[in-house]
Amino acid sequence: MNPSVSKPQKKRIQAVLAHASGDKRFRILEVHMKKHQFRQDALIEILHKAQELFGYLEDDLLLYVSVKLKLPPSRVYGVATFYHLFQLKPQGEHTCVVCKGTACYVKGADKILSAITDLYKISPGETTKDNKISLLAARCIGACGIAPAVVYDGQVAAKQTPETTLERIKNWI
Amino acid sequence: MQLDDLNAIAEKQNSSRKKIILRTCMSAGCMSSQADVIKKNLEAEVKTQGLEADVEVRRVGCMGFCGQGPLVGVDGLSAKEKLFEFVKPENAAAIISSLKGGDCDVQVGNPDHPFFAKQMKIVRANGGVVDPERIEDYIAIGGYTALHQALTELPPPQVVEEVTKSGLRGRGGAGFPTGLKWGTVAKSPGAKKYIVCNGDEGDPGAFMDRSVLESDPHLVLEGMAIAAYAVGADQGYLYVRAEYPLAISRLQIAIKQAKQLGLLGAGVFETPFNFNVDIRIGAGAFVCGEETALMASVEGKRGTPRPRPPFPAESGLWGCPTLINNVETFANISAIIKRGGAWYASIGTEKSKGTKVFALTGKIKNNGLIEVPMGIPLRQIVMEMGGGAPDGRQVKSVQTGGPSGGCIPADYLDTPVDYESLTKLGSIMGSGGMVVMDDSTNMVEIAKFYMEFCMEESCGKCIPCRAGTVQMLNLLEKITQRKATARDLAKLEELCDLVKNTSLCGLGQTAPNPVISTLKFFRAEYETLLQPDPFGPHANGTTNPIELVTK
Repeated sequence: MNPSVSKPQKKRIQAVLAHASGDKRFRILEVHMKKHQFRQDALIEILHKAQELFGYLEDDLLLYVSVKLKLPPSRVYGVATFYHLFQLKPQGEHTCVVCKGTACYVKGADKILSAITDLYKISPGETTKDNKISLLAARCIGACGIAPAVVYDGQVAAKQTPETTLERIKNWI
Repeated sequence: MQLDDLNAIAEKQNSSRKKIILRTCMSAGCMSSQADVIKKNLEAEVKTQGLEADVEVRRVGCMGFCGQGPLVGVDGLSAKEKLFEFVKPENAAAIISSLKGGDCDVQVGNPDHPFFAKQMKIVRANGGVVDPERIEDYIAIGGYTALHQALTELPPPQVVEEVTKSGLRGRGGAGFPTGLKWGTVAKSPGAKKYIVCNGDEGDPGAFMDRSVLESDPHLVLEGMAIAAYAVGADQGYLYVRAEYPLAISRLQIAIKQAKQLGLLGAGVFETPFNFNVDIRIGAGAFVCGEETALMASVEGKRGTPRPRPPFPAESGLWGCPTLINNVETFANISAIIKRGGAWYASIGTEKSKGTKVFALTGKIKNNGLIEVPMGIPLRQIVMEMGGGAPDGRQVKSVQTGGPSGGCIPADYLDTPVDYESLTKLGSIMGSGGMVVMDDSTNMVEIAKFYMEFCMEESCGKCIPCRAGTVQMLNLLEKITQRKATARDLAKLEELCDLVKNTSLCGLGQTAPNPVISTLKFFRAEYETLLQPDPFGPHANGTTNPIELVTK
């Protein structure tokens, strides 16, 4: 370990590693890192995998990745916060991604979005208080031919309206 | 793997071809409407109706007409292909029984429709024809023969020469001559060189690259391999947006299959040429479409751009000479090698050669992907192929180039679509997004929409872009809320000029374009929102605010 690491930091890293040894998901993540030969340039791929396994990237998880890839924690944290797709907070049970690309926008994606925000009082990037629904806005999912598109739990749905969207969300609750 | 082996695979594939082929589009657009269930039902129905000997149900990529999806094409039934539109899973039985003669009530498309008839397909030639998850399909239509031809018949400088002769220009938007770029990388000294394929199609309203990667991944891989041979690289990276999971999984399959057959990896076609391709997945940052930011992201860092020069051709990934081209640029290469640069140069206009794929979307009757020769008048694309605006409305403007481009008003629809003509109008060719807006669209809102996009996507490295986009958005908001005066508009124009000229990378330099172009053609829409200026030159007959206060 890097000698410049301060004592409390060292303690925290040890705690993270100890915690990790008991969790199966960390083992899967480590296998994935091995596949990339612990290469530092594979950081984004590894963070994708980590998010897939854990749902979001909490601080200790980022610290674990930084130790394993021998990268400064600042670099890992910097990358995790730079890209929109990395979530640093826990997500709701269901996610609803409204595409806000140009084609969807001219065809009324903003109305879909405001219908959800009005009813559930959450803005894009937020989760309802009961942890049921996370609302996200995407920049463009490339489904412009079927605009406006909404992604419900990873499933793309074509030609949505505020009514169909609210109907789908209602079924989740 | 040698040419004979390749031909044997092609022959085997072609001889096992059944009489009738049902091509089911399984691209992201149609998949969202249960294309996978449709295919399963069709297969089951073929079995129950006992047509297994004659009918094959094939998974294919995008056929282009996404607005009418899910699509099922039928080959071998009549001289012309038949295209079923808006297919539903429960239509499977009717479609299969219609193969034995008779009609079914599923809507049938017209293959002579201008949407199809006016297209010229080079990049998308195999889209909707081959199964993107089977390399044999691609080989059967002559795939990887261009790579073989390059490796065995053409020395690397001649490959570069051929690409130069074709007049191909970068399809990512800037339009830099591809041959020149290849030549620079080839000449750059260095033992290690890299090829990067830019599949970070962040431009909202564009999905050409997604469709090519999903429908014909091997075409892009073959183009990359030829490029690697031409410039002397042995490692390639394919950078794809994480928003395109289907494209990623099909590319992974394609790379695996090509490696198994020895078409990628060590000793391609039993020559000393080695080439490996790795996929790099983006994580949602528009700025990563900029080449220096993309390279930072490939290296696993924050995707922030850096000043150029040095250009990537001299110092790119890990300081090595790097060739970066767009997906569509690479997709053109195999046709250029097979049919010659001169053939390619015969298509298009004097300065813009070949074809271009556009994603025609927005307020238009026929949504989808089209590939047209350069120089085609915009009117033909929008009015004939696209069918104009729906619901009896009028086309007001066409937006090209996304957040870096501009709005072309309907009066200029006779402009030929090529790099120079679009730039002259204050827009750009861009990557190929073409969003049509009708007369119900408010242009100030559109400008605001793009500015908000640029503000959120600004990486924050340089001040003009980071701070300028925020201020411009504030001014636009003030205008739309009817709180702005003529002076705010003047300030907005000044800021546009400043951000355009002082930003570090393409994102900031082009961020003001939507505002500049809407101001140029739709200024009246801004001006009707302006309020009288209490401190303006005509208020109380004085121009001096201090005097006004003391009065």
